[in-house]
Amino acid sequence: MRLDLRTAARMLQFDERADRVVPPTGFTARLTLFSAFAMSFLVVFALALSLAAGRVADRWGNELAQSSTLRISAPAGEVATQTEAALRVLRTTPGIVGARALTLDEQRGLLAPWFGADLPIDDLPLPQLIDITETDGGYDAAGLRLRLAAEAPAAVLDDHARWRRPLIDAAARLRLLGWASILLIATATAAMVTLAANAALAANAQVIAVLRLVGAKDTYIASAFVRRFALRALTGAAFGTLTGIVALMLVPSGSESAGVLTDLSIQGIGWVWVLLIPPLSGLVAFVATRYAAGRVLEDLA
Amino acid sequence: MIELENVAYSYGGGELLTDMTLNVAPGSFHFLTGPSGSGKTTFLKLCYGALQATAGHVRLFDRDVRSLSRDDVAILRRKIGVVHQDCQFLDHLPVTENVALPLTVSGQDPDGADANLKELMAWVGLTARAYALPPELSGGERQRAALARAVIMSPDVILADEPTGNIDWEMSQRLLTLLVELNRMGKTIMIATHDLGLIRAAKAQVQTRVLRISNRRLQMAGADL
Repeated sequence: MRLDLRTAARMLQFDERADRVVPPTGFTARLTLFSAFAMSFLVVFALALSLAAGRVADRWGNELAQSSTLRISAPAGEVATQTEAALRVLRTTPGIVGARALTLDEQRGLLAPWFGADLPIDDLPLPQLIDITETDGGYDAAGLRLRLAAEAPAAVLDDHARWRRPLIDAAARLRLLGWASILLIATATAAMVTLAANAALAANAQVIAVLRLVGAKDTYIASAFVRRFALRALTGAAFGTLTGIVALMLVPSGSESAGVLTDLSIQGIGWVWVLLIPPLSGLVAFVATRYAAGRVLEDLA
Repeated sequence: MIELENVAYSYGGGELLTDMTLNVAPGSFHFLTGPSGSGKTTFLKLCYGALQATAGHVRLFDRDVRSLSRDDVAILRRKIGVVHQDCQFLDHLPVTENVALPLTVSGQDPDGADANLKELMAWVGLTARAYALPPELSGGERQRAALARAVIMSPDVILADEPTGNIDWEMSQRLLTLLVELNRMGKTIMIATHDLGLIRAAKAQVQTRVLRISNRRLQMAGADL
């Protein structure tokens, strides 16, 4: 029994009379419905996690790429001189398009989330920060450090790579884990549906014998089972997806910068993936049942 | 129509049937006899392609069964009505839907053949039981429903395996009358039975050929039948 597109389309065509030849319900129906429900519910979460991790990785990557910070930690009398020297070096460094010393207000703004807006910044020995904007190709960090050591020894270059890379890697790994989970869940669904379909086909060996006796082709017999299981999986997955979406809405949301935990929402193109869960579950059930039916019909022949 | 040429069938290492040659002509009426376990059911299954001969050739409507796919056999089987002793039905469907099952599986609309279906149910005397479920039928009613299902596609051949095995004499005569009627319409009939009374009753009505399976071989039965 070959499976080409035309046969597959015929198998999915609604045929009330053909569907009636398979006895109604049984534990396999409940098993398929429940499996599809539970798996789709889990897929919604895995998908949300994966999409959120992707967003975080992109955000961190975009925000922190092409920028560096230079810190001047010098005695109060030397800060201005060292800053001027560092800016001179930066402006003549290939790969740097701009360098700007942060004002006191800007530095106060950076500290405000930690110490409050009324921080007496003038009384604190704060280092001077210089914001560096890079070209797409970036600059030679090692060479710059050597030049700074010579001309502005109090300057410390922080190109963000040291702490940015592990965060981006972790977010990317989390995204990969999410997709791997979805793949595993789909495989588990296929296994469960195959088991249920095998059980249903074995329990209906008598029905299959009668259908063969009256001249039914294997495609016809398989279709009756395939349609039923695909429809059950579709129904279960639709409910599972809906429940998953409602559960996601109940997760408290936070600011974007809070990261993965408080950003488990579905956004934009993510909805397309979510809406694809029920039809894809139906497709998985279709393929799994088709495979099981082929094997059982071969064995019973 | 159905030809067997030096056919043998082995199962589980032992040869069940051997060297069987037979040509079933259109419109003929055959009986197949033999003791229980002699292979009558196996022989019939070979005749409608449910089993493949392990040696020799079985030709159905001039096509060698060995060269056919399962789907081809399924299509050929629509030209052969089969009645089993245990009358297999789909127990969750009413009798009328079971009778119409060959139409359903061949893609024909049973509603379009509704008049024929009603006529057929009346012919086998099951009009009043049309919407009963198979488990609710008596043995005789089940046999007649199985016969109705076997003939609904107007097949050229009807094969019956011990059709009177579970029913009383009166009911078996009624069933025989239906089969004789079908034969008079030009249908080819082959009945596997060990009911000698049935064979004698048939011989009184139509010209029959009686075959016997003995010692794994097919023989013409003696004149005592």
